[in-house]
Amino acid sequence: MSAACLDIRSLSAVLPNGQRVLRSVSLSVQPGEVRALVGESGAGKTMIGKAVLGVLPPSVRIAEGDMLLEGEDLGQLQPKARRTLIGARTALIPQDPLTALNPSRRIGPQMTDRLVRILGWSDERADNRIRQLLDEVQIRDPERVLKSYPHELSGGMRQRVLIAAAFAAEPRLIVADEPTTALDVTVQKQILRLIAQLQRDHGTAILFVTHDLGVVAKISQRVSVLYAGKVVEEAETAALFAAPQHPYTRALMAATPRYTDPLASLRPVDDAVLAGLAAEIAAADQAWRRPHG
Amino acid sequence: MDDARIARRGVGPRLWLAGGWLLLALLAAILAPLVAPQDPLAQDLMLERLPPFWLDGTEPGYWLGTDSLGRDLLSRLIFGGRIAFIVAFAAAIAACLVGSVLGLIAGYFGGWADRIISRIVDIWMAFPPVLFAILLVAVLGTGLSSVIIAIAVIDWTRFCRVIRAEAMGQSRMDYVENARIAGYGRIGIMLREVLPNVVPSIVALLSLEMGIAVIVEAILSFVNLSISTDDPTWGGIIAEGRLSIHQAWWVLVFPLITLILTVLSFSQFGEALKARFDPVLR
Repeated sequence: MSAACLDIRSLSAVLPNGQRVLRSVSLSVQPGEVRALVGESGAGKTMIGKAVLGVLPPSVRIAEGDMLLEGEDLGQLQPKARRTLIGARTALIPQDPLTALNPSRRIGPQMTDRLVRILGWSDERADNRIRQLLDEVQIRDPERVLKSYPHELSGGMRQRVLIAAAFAAEPRLIVADEPTTALDVTVQKQILRLIAQLQRDHGTAILFVTHDLGVVAKISQRVSVLYAGKVVEEAETAALFAAPQHPYTRALMAATPRYTDPLASLRPVDDAVLAGLAAEIAAADQAWRRPHG
Repeated sequence: MDDARIARRGVGPRLWLAGGWLLLALLAAILAPLVAPQDPLAQDLMLERLPPFWLDGTEPGYWLGTDSLGRDLLSRLIFGGRIAFIVAFAAAIAACLVGSVLGLIAGYFGGWADRIISRIVDIWMAFPPVLFAILLVAVLGTGLSSVIIAIAVIDWTRFCRVIRAEAMGQSRMDYVENARIAGYGRIGIMLREVLPNVVPSIVALLSLEMGIAVIVEAILSFVNLSISTDDPTWGGIIAEGRLSIHQAWWVLVFPLITLILTVLSFSQFGEALKARFDPVLR
């Protein structure tokens, strides 16, 4: 088998007080694969994405583990080389399109700048590329959009721009951090479809962070279920939905609201399941602490 | 369409009124030798304490009356504007440059840079500003450049604090993170992503600071620590007017009105400019 696009091996990250926020996370994303990372708020899904992209908050320290981007160990690289590698091979589709574009710069330069300044493309090539991508995300009036300031575009429009920007440099891996969460439900579907479409066309691997199991089912081939920074279950998406193994996964699926009976189906995760999870986490921490003092 | 939207929020009148007064005062100051009706330094004891034009006992050509040495008040105000504007522009720009650069660095880089700069600002701001200015001018010696330096040295902290806070907020934004992922250098991000978003605040503060510089210069003139006493300054005229308040109130009142209008216009002009050019507010 060829090298994974992204290979995370027992990654642990700690806060200054010694608490682990990522607990020996291992997961891999194969080239061209959509790997979903699902869990509730605060489970550390976004943290994993930030770790891969090298933008962890200063207070979070990677205590252990390796991250390999197309076989290159990010931890072994000098900071500058790491930045260059991450910049050239990855991109982010962010959660909130409202804050992900610089409000005082026009869309056009914001999109081409990266291609020209970082990747050294000519202005013309960058411009053509951006227009092609805008067409792919079904923006029909690229002239207007390129000349606009972000606040002149709707949320869905901005997310399209961000998707186009993410794919523009042909990255090998895109981290999509809840890319539909901040959008209208009607727009969510279109955006999701666009990401899936571009992903297929470009063959880009995606680490898709979400809390929405419905989205997981639609877009991903494999999925990791995360709880309190620990991967509790990992499976092919189809297999996971057919036969969830971990009680927490089953509880999550049971907690998904159904349109037929929204009130009855909307229920929290069972206390017994949570107690089991807490014991599991405690045991894992104990095992981890022994060699790490 | 733009104009309509601005007018609706009341930016238009503010911008034009404040800008109009500033332009008028600035032009009068620049063209002082041409527009001033009298020589501001010419004394004539026959004409002492003439009242302004609408009262009895005035002389033609002395619109706002004269002071206790018979010097024309309007001409003195116009010439005094020269020093006021020179000080306002030079001191505010100097304070802005120093304060904004340090504030940007502190806010964007954080960590040690922020801790050092913020401590300096804290200590700096513990000094009573006017006393600090008087002390500085006393040490540097009176004169135009000392006044400018003194104001810049005192007031850079105002820029530093505001720009630091803004840059800090900006550096937490997703587009800054995105730029980091893309591989931009820190300084490049600071200049390209952060700076454009704090420029509206810098402009507003700059204008506000010009008003403050006018006041500080007036205070220094008032305590006789500004420029040589021959050149009329607003603060100097106010100081003289205070002595003859019971005989000639206008010598105190007109420079005060000029000062207030100018300072108010600077602050309003800055705010209006900010609202006009901030793409997010707009």
